[in-house]
Amino acid sequence: MALSEATDAGQAGPTKKPTRIFKNMASKIAAVPMVFTALVIFVGGTVWTIVYSFTSSGLLPRLKWVGLDQYERLWGSRKWLVSIENLAIYGFCSLILTLVIGFTLAALLDRKVRGEGALRTIFLYPFALSFIVTGLIWQWILNPELGLQSVVRGMGWESFTFDPLNNASLVMFGLLIAGLWQGTGLIMCIMLAGLRGIDEDIWKAARVDGIGTVKTYIRVIIPMMRPVFVTSLVLIGSGIVKLYDLVVAQTSGGPGLSSQVPAMYVMTSMFGGQNLGQGFAASTMMLVSVVIILVPWAILEFGGKKRG
Amino acid sequence: MKLTTKLMAFSAIVSASSASAVELEVMHWWTSGGEAAAVTKFAEAWDATGNTWVDGAIAGGGDTARPIMVSRIIGGDPPAAFQFNHGRQAEELIEAGLLLDLTDVAEAEGWAEIVNPSNLLDACTVDGRIYCAPVNIHSWQWMWLSSGAYEKAGIPVPQSWTEFAATAGDLEAAGITPLAMGGQSWQQNGAFGVMSVALAGTDAWLAVNRDKDAEVAAGADYARVFEAFGAARELAEGLNVQDWNQATAAVINDTAGAQIMGDWAQGEFAVAGEVAGEDYTCLPGLGEVAVLSTGGDAFYFPVVDDEEITAAQKELAALLLSPPVQVSFNSAKGSLPIRGDVDLTTVNECTQKGLDLLAAGDLLPDGAALLSPDTVTQLNDLLTEFWNTPSMTPAEVQSAYADIIADAD
Repeated sequence: MALSEATDAGQAGPTKKPTRIFKNMASKIAAVPMVFTALVIFVGGTVWTIVYSFTSSGLLPRLKWVGLDQYERLWGSRKWLVSIENLAIYGFCSLILTLVIGFTLAALLDRKVRGEGALRTIFLYPFALSFIVTGLIWQWILNPELGLQSVVRGMGWESFTFDPLNNASLVMFGLLIAGLWQGTGLIMCIMLAGLRGIDEDIWKAARVDGIGTVKTYIRVIIPMMRPVFVTSLVLIGSGIVKLYDLVVAQTSGGPGLSSQVPAMYVMTSMFGGQNLGQGFAASTMMLVSVVIILVPWAILEFGGKKRG
Repeated sequence: MKLTTKLMAFSAIVSASSASAVELEVMHWWTSGGEAAAVTKFAEAWDATGNTWVDGAIAGGGDTARPIMVSRIIGGDPPAAFQFNHGRQAEELIEAGLLLDLTDVAEAEGWAEIVNPSNLLDACTVDGRIYCAPVNIHSWQWMWLSSGAYEKAGIPVPQSWTEFAATAGDLEAAGITPLAMGGQSWQQNGAFGVMSVALAGTDAWLAVNRDKDAEVAAGADYARVFEAFGAARELAEGLNVQDWNQATAAVINDTAGAQIMGDWAQGEFAVAGEVAGEDYTCLPGLGEVAVLSTGGDAFYFPVVDDEEITAAQKELAALLLSPPVQVSFNSAKGSLPIRGDVDLTTVNECTQKGLDLLAAGDLLPDGAALLSPDTVTQLNDLLTEFWNTPSMTPAEVQSAYADIIADAD
């Protein structure tokens, strides 16, 4: 994809410039509905949200300007700060662990293990469940009175304690376990597809040169799988930012405020607190943070190509 | 010709049957055992009129259910009726003209005369028009104590919060968690409200909640409440439950000593077959300041285009307040009827205490009628943070509390 764009740009250089807009007319017309949807729903909706974040909208939107009041209140709120911190912890761990575990599983399956099909299905299966179901299952497993802790205690280890969901400092990791259980299967499948796309000859060449398997993966295969990693990154990243239903099902933000996340802050202030303005301000901040991360990355990833 | 007559006859049958039986979707969050039993009474009464009750129960409590209901109403796909706590929750929906004006039903049925206490109807009234049908009175101001737990600990059941706090050590020694508290923030905020009425007195409570007086909230009376609330969070350690009815279940099973919860908890005791005065004891106003707060549930009816449904909505509103339905519903739910002229079938000791307070006029408005949902959410967040953060001191939470009250509208 990136490669074809680069050659495309090269060919279209100075000679063909004026007619470029009429190239592939049919496909451009076919794209019009989607372009229209994107503009009206995504861009339009976003602008609308940002505009109303400067108003004192309650349960229903109304244009009564209050300036930056909603943002002042947002950044003065402990709950919002805790939410951001939680999302950062969850996001960092989830990103690294999903990639590492996903790739490791894929690499192991790629070593032609017996029963690959069955294993792949088992790993991918959790992805078929909704986050609400995943959250409920893990809420039961991690519940000290019903789940793991009581089972281990029942086997004789009376002092065994494992109750991350009831411990304010561990609760985000309780959520992380469930998130990983759900998400790694998909990443594994994508990685596996990427690995299968690697030419057998690369492996043969590496073997001839006497490079070890692990080293081949790290030095040769992973750099070749760059597009696959980018896809995975986008999937994981969007999953992190919209983290909401898992928290609702597992902890509903508790104990106390210790597992609050930004999306949940938006939902509670918009509908629970009947304060749309506050919710819009929070969602605008979520957008801003995504843009801050995304724009430099996009420039590096796509803008850099033109130079080469 | 023959075919046309047949078709006409057929369409006549269709329209006739649809006129007599209207399906109304009713959304509510009554899903615990006692609540579900109570809502069935409504459904049965409505079905008996030849119409159909389409149950739209949403699990997870009001904080989960209200957003779903509101988004359906704003989104143009409203249910025929929905439950809210009466008070300020529906304020903006009424102002925006999204809810059906029930004034003609209220006048025809004489609600102004029968609804007791009259402030319940006031909570439904905006600019002289009535927009909701109150169905019950619920008071937050109760503590429920397990007789079995105190028997196990070998001490008499306390008759006030002071006694309860003093004897909590004996319960702990017997391996019983003194205070059952669910993990959801509204439960902690609610219990705090009850404790502030009981320990700071009704005047201070009204000054803070009605007049939004931040100085009283930062003052000595409230400092006492925050100290007691801080002590209470230690008494609740060891029981990890989320929902209020799980906490009530701990009191029913004698694994916890007491719970501060509104009188809807009584429905759970009834479903478990417990007898008031024998298996459990109830203390209105924590045994300190006996008072009843007059919150409760009300049904609102969104405006729809369909004449037939509008007529059915009004019929349902009248039905919900009719004497037999009031008796069967409130008996099952453990709440008090909103009309003074009916007698409940099963009046136990606790319900009688409530009725006595109601007759004596020892009443307070409900917090939800005084504070906006926005303020309530902020207080929920603050108090649940305090409850779950042992390092947070009562003085810290008090100053944050006073700030929220100062900003409240």
